[in-house]
Amino acid sequence: MPHKPPTKEELERRKIVGIRDETITDVSCSDFPGHYPGEDHSWDIDAFRRGFSVEFHQNDRFEASFSLIGCDASIANAFRRIMIADIPTLAIENVFINNNTSVIQDEVLAHRLGLIPFQGGHEGLHKFLKWWRKPTDEAQMNNSYYDFNTVSLKLEVQCEHNDKAAAGETDPTKLYHHAHVYARDIEFCPVGRQDRYFSGADAIAPVNPDILIAKLRPGQEISLSMHMHKGVGSDHAKFSPVATASYRLMPVIDITRPILGDDAEKFARCFPRGVIELEKVTKKEAGQKGSGYEGHAGELKAVVADPMRDTVSRECLRHDEFKDKVKLGRRRDHFIYLVESTGQWESDAIFIEAVAHLKKRALDLEKQVKNMVR
Amino acid sequence: MPRAKTRKEEPVEAGSDTVMEEAPTSHQPESRDDMSVDQDENDEAGEAEEDEIEEEEEVQRVRLLPGSTPTAASFEFLNEGHTLGNALRYIIMKNPDVEFCAYAIPHPSEAKMNVRIQTFEGTTAIEALEKGLRDVQDLCDVVSDKFIDAREKFVAGASS
Repeated sequence: MPHKPPTKEELERRKIVGIRDETITDVSCSDFPGHYPGEDHSWDIDAFRRGFSVEFHQNDRFEASFSLIGCDASIANAFRRIMIADIPTLAIENVFINNNTSVIQDEVLAHRLGLIPFQGGHEGLHKFLKWWRKPTDEAQMNNSYYDFNTVSLKLEVQCEHNDKAAAGETDPTKLYHHAHVYARDIEFCPVGRQDRYFSGADAIAPVNPDILIAKLRPGQEISLSMHMHKGVGSDHAKFSPVATASYRLMPVIDITRPILGDDAEKFARCFPRGVIELEKVTKKEAGQKGSGYEGHAGELKAVVADPMRDTVSRECLRHDEFKDKVKLGRRRDHFIYLVESTGQWESDAIFIEAVAHLKKRALDLEKQVKNMVR
Repeated sequence: MPRAKTRKEEPVEAGSDTVMEEAPTSHQPESRDDMSVDQDENDEAGEAEEDEIEEEEEVQRVRLLPGSTPTAASFEFLNEGHTLGNALRYIIMKNPDVEFCAYAIPHPSEAKMNVRIQTFEGTTAIEALEKGLRDVQDLCDVVSDKFIDAREKFVAGASS
């Protein structure tokens, strides 16, 4: 029996995850060799290139949103996981406390300092700085810090009375000097070649200078120095370059039979604003037999305007008047990413780095497999 | 259809299948008398020294688990997880010469990831694994190119 190639509608249907009022259907992808008799689904880089596309929605320093269309969830998820856990950043790793008479305990203070995101010159951060490795010999510890693997910072704050404060003043920030210790009080101490990479606008500095670290009262003091190292999010969340990196599947709203008049307005209210718009039924549509619009010229009908804004709440499936008129779903191969950088990397650069990272991982393992066979 | 053809040859393959131990590979003892393992570990020791001279100690992270035949093998990856495991599984399953592919993390507190590959006659599990890793790299190139193109277009559109 000769096999008929699948129609366009059939291919489109295969991509949709069905969302019913109580259940979800067609969750797994089926594009594997042998799944459909007579169809070839084997890996083909040219076919992938033809079917794959990227669409940008937003590209800012702290937030980027884009769609990957035409790839599998396993690939999309690998990129997401790598962005969160495997892209290296610089963060405070060791805190050496000389004096801390504030009410914040040393270990809590050290933890707070570690979580502050820092920025600096890209060339220095990503090319010049290397990993710091703990020496196997504990005695060699002090010989392991170099300009290319450690960044030194210090924080020296003393709280004193402000003699110029107005009489009767109750605001501690006006009554005292340095009542609040902020991230901007942290001072960068360049060593060796670090001057070359981290000077001027490229200096190592907190991304958000207004992060409150501690509160002091007159006579209290914080005096400490810090070492920053490169690390990855899988070791500690403070090293993660993103606040969040997530994706969701593109919602699909399919109005199978016309929704008209007051029903249309109610239907639009079932969705977030902008998803469903109301349009007038044209004379041409009303004249068409079997379209469902006969005799409704001039009435309002519901049309899908922007499914991307939908949250897939299923509210419309709870109302009897929309029964069998609408089908909800999601596109299995359309991933809408949202990457929120903490500031050390550009949001879009994190994704590019994630792709490069996955490639490097595969390349390393390919060598390992060859080595295993030898 | 390659599937239907190779099915007929299965009785031949079935004989070699019975050699494998029934228990999941993670439960199997690492028997010293197993040829493939022994050889593998000897290799590792010899090459570790070689590598040290070339590069910083590159440890062997991939291992063939005991009980493997040429067309049906389990591999153990150290320090890998779902990130690469699932992506690799998908790409290997896309290979028409592969009958079965799956990955598992036998225990969450061990940084180990196992991949099981069974192929039809004519290729080996190791070849399928190597092809899978190459395909992942090709895929990354395409994604990277398209992403940078789309970003350029978006930036150009926003500024004009």
